[in-house]
Amino acid sequence: MEVTTKHAKEQKQGVLKRIAGPVVTAVNLDAHMYDVVKVGKEELMGEVIKIQGDSVIIQVYEDTSGIRPGEPVSNTGLSLAVELGPGLLTSIYDGIQRPLEVLVDKMGNFIQRGVTAPGLSHEKKWTFKPLVKTGDKVEPGAILGEVQETNIVHKVMLPPNVKAGAVKTIKSGDYTIDEIICVLEDGREYPMIQRWPVRVPRPVKEKMNPTIPLITGQRILDGLFPIAKGGTAAIPGPFGSGKTVTQQQLAKWSDAEIVVYIGCGERGNEMTEVLTEFPHLEDPKSGKPLMERTVLIANTSNMPVAAREASVYTGITIAEYFRDMGYDVSLMADSTSRWAEAMREISSRLEEMPGEEGYPAYLAARLSEFYERAGLVKTLNGARGSVSVIGAVSPPGGDFSEPVTQNTLRIVKVFWALDAKLSQRRHFPAINWLNSYSLYLEALHDYYDKEVSPEWNTIRSWAMEILQKEAELQEIVQLVGSDALPESEQVTIEVARMIREIFLQQNAYDAVDTFCDMKKQYAMMKAIKTYAELSYSAQLVGVSPAQINAVKAKNELAQIKFIKDYVPELAKIMKQMDDEFNTLRSAA
Amino acid sequence: MKEYRTISKIAGPLVFVEKTEPIAYGELVNIILADGTTKRGQVLDTSDELVVVQIFETTAGIGRDSGVRFTGETIKMPVGRDMLGRILSGGGKPIDGGPEIVPEKRLDINGAAINPYARGMPADFIQTGISTIDGTNTLVRGQKLPIFSGAGLPHNKLALQIARQAKVPGSTENFAVVFAAMGITKEEANYFMQDFERTGALERAVVFLNLADDPAVERIITPRLALTTAEYLAFELGMHVLVILTDMTNYCEALRQIGAAREEVPGRRGYPGYMYTDLANLYERAGMIKGQKGSVTQIPILTMPGDDITHPIADLTGYITEGQIVVNRDLHRKGIYPPINVLPSLSRLMNLGIGKGKTREDHKKVSDQMYAGYAEGNDLRGLVAIVGKDALSERDRLLLEFADLFENKFVRQGYDEDRTIDDTLNLAWELLSTLPVEQLTRIDRELIHKYHPKFRTGAKKE
Repeated sequence: MEVTTKHAKEQKQGVLKRIAGPVVTAVNLDAHMYDVVKVGKEELMGEVIKIQGDSVIIQVYEDTSGIRPGEPVSNTGLSLAVELGPGLLTSIYDGIQRPLEVLVDKMGNFIQRGVTAPGLSHEKKWTFKPLVKTGDKVEPGAILGEVQETNIVHKVMLPPNVKAGAVKTIKSGDYTIDEIICVLEDGREYPMIQRWPVRVPRPVKEKMNPTIPLITGQRILDGLFPIAKGGTAAIPGPFGSGKTVTQQQLAKWSDAEIVVYIGCGERGNEMTEVLTEFPHLEDPKSGKPLMERTVLIANTSNMPVAAREASVYTGITIAEYFRDMGYDVSLMADSTSRWAEAMREISSRLEEMPGEEGYPAYLAARLSEFYERAGLVKTLNGARGSVSVIGAVSPPGGDFSEPVTQNTLRIVKVFWALDAKLSQRRHFPAINWLNSYSLYLEALHDYYDKEVSPEWNTIRSWAMEILQKEAELQEIVQLVGSDALPESEQVTIEVARMIREIFLQQNAYDAVDTFCDMKKQYAMMKAIKTYAELSYSAQLVGVSPAQINAVKAKNELAQIKFIKDYVPELAKIMKQMDDEFNTLRSAA
Repeated sequence: MKEYRTISKIAGPLVFVEKTEPIAYGELVNIILADGTTKRGQVLDTSDELVVVQIFETTAGIGRDSGVRFTGETIKMPVGRDMLGRILSGGGKPIDGGPEIVPEKRLDINGAAINPYARGMPADFIQTGISTIDGTNTLVRGQKLPIFSGAGLPHNKLALQIARQAKVPGSTENFAVVFAAMGITKEEANYFMQDFERTGALERAVVFLNLADDPAVERIITPRLALTTAEYLAFELGMHVLVILTDMTNYCEALRQIGAAREEVPGRRGYPGYMYTDLANLYERAGMIKGQKGSVTQIPILTMPGDDITHPIADLTGYITEGQIVVNRDLHRKGIYPPINVLPSLSRLMNLGIGKGKTREDHKKVSDQMYAGYAEGNDLRGLVAIVGKDALSERDRLLLEFADLFENKFVRQGYDEDRTIDDTLNLAWELLSTLPVEQLTRIDRELIHKYHPKFRTGAKKE
């Protein structure tokens, strides 16, 4: 990782005084908070996290075994920053933007320490096409030109933290990211690369309220608990309830233009799965490999804990950079609990006063700062861009009352509650429809009205009502059996079962069912509602629940989700359903 | 080597040494007692004024007059191919009366994280011969699949059966077992050793024994030694290594003990806040590497205190490992061996290792159908207790019977019974055939026609 060029003068060397795991203390070091320092003879990368009198306390991003007191510490005078420019897409980084592929070449199959590698290739040439001309006035964040990076066009921008100016020369052709492509009239020169400190949000002109849903192709999410583009969502759930599968489904199918996936303190084999799978999967919109719009950050649970702490900031900074180009970006963080634990671990090494369950008292503040970096914005160059943040939470023992879940729920607008009971029954996605919620329903109302169907919002409320009703009825059924229910309520139970099994259950491993667009979702739910209406009216004229349950068309409905061109098949089923009910009614 | 006599404080397993030269973090330390015996430890915290050393054994006998020698290097263990067939202490010393290990290499016991980019995708089915694992919670090479058990349940027997029977069908590659015992009783250790000898498994095994009366702190390094050995056998010698770690609960207790001695801020139930990271550093050492022959597969065993799956030890383990096999007390009481409850059990990597060309094309769907049937039948047991069997519909009655059959035929098997995957799947079909065909909604019609006993009249061939 590189560092920002703000006051990079050689500073005097400090001396290590104490080493206790990932936290070390140095003396005689001129330092400011969050400066990046090089620790020991091997120059391990670290960051200043506390200053106390003459002592400077540093968290080190690599293993500190073998380091002794008395070894040198030097300050780079710069803060932890990421390199931003063409070459980010398709990359896989560790928590501090070291490209893992390059690290394999440099140090073999295992992560060793003391090796640095820049986040972007500084040799590769990109074809730069200017979009401004000499004499044009350029504001901070202005788009100077573009590079065809993958199938995504990478907009090259003036950094957001510089003064406005007028273009003197702008080049066109093949350049590395370090070569100057634009000179302003006051003599300032800019290459394609820019660097940005990860802990500082990139500025925007205006934050707006989200009004468009992030379509994920997952029925329970889009249909019942939608997230808006620029919104925030949390997925808490015990182990084995399908957090990671849900996150990966979102990374695969959400209609964002760019996806940043942070594997924060999670399993190595899972990252391998993403790495092997993504290049072979197609983006449903562009038909190009999904990897081409993806940036992966993998800091697995056994990689250094301080780099895990940094990984979410690295990820969100990259997400903001693409947002500034006017893209819709979605960011998945799996799992924010591991991030919080990294904070706890560092905090306890600092001997800070612990808050709840040993987490530092600033846990809530850090979480909200992070989620606040999401949003639908007007960028400095006037474009509309968004960052949607979806954070997995891993509550110990599946207990949602723990601090990380609770502090997250106070900030995020969408809550997808995973449920171990559902996953044990192999009901996937195991999202509990009674506990989950979305606060974007109202904001997205108009969109659904216009883009899906004017009926959609009513149908959705109807489905929720049936599910709620079923929960109440189930309590009675548990005691007396379903035969004891009034006939109309037996119909309700059956309709609820259909909503659950046909609409809510979705097979992530089925080639067709893994993604379901809004039109199909509407068609499916509408079909279930039609069945319900037919059943209720049949029941009113005296058809028995057993006869209604025997309607064959109902069973065929479940097959719809596995059929790609479902329209003719669905029409056939609905016709058959109509006929069957007609027969029943006339017989009654 | 310089010897210090500047011990200022001894508390639990920790020894505080003053006024030393610069000492490296993680350095290995020898403490020399008055009678000449040596105890080993490791530097936990180092500064100009004070060095904190964690002793791996009991601190009995250490006094302020003891000598302290810093070795100048972090803990490395000698490894070599002649470790196979050997029994070592929890600290890595031979205890089988044989010679010292001839080191071919000296490796850092903490290992290093496999670069996620270099990881190979686990995909080889391991046949354990146990239906509830092979059929419904398949183990694959490079996976870490723990056994969650409780005190008094036959998890050790199960682990032994897996170690004995585990193989990749059709493969003749080199494989080895690394067995690390932490805090188990002498009796249990004997049980393991006798079984290893009885079956001849010892020849291709390396055994590390830290017994219940061995120092708790030694338990911290036992699994690290075992995994370092496993990595050596796998990635240097190209073997497929199965690592069995038992009992991780004792390991975590030792971790808590040290945390308390260091006066750390405790996390949940007094366990250190970094226990997740610490456990991850062990479990994540399972895996495969692209372009290399060997693999490390882990089966850690833990006993859940009070059979509580939300206890921090089980909970954190479940968040790191790729699934879990849950051993259940009720099944055990019913006399069913192996008492694996498939409902809370899970193998996350199952889909990578099964299907056409690996096991059989019907595997996934048969497994889903078995799950669904058993889950529903099991739920009905609650209802029967209230309304009685007569009140059940025909469909429900069949499901209820299916749940019983599932436990008695599919789950139950002999300790030496080694079922092939075909045996397991055919058995599953036999049980599924007790249900009406229309009810097998999770299996497509094509597969039903091919495998359902009703349609396979006469033709018993695959």
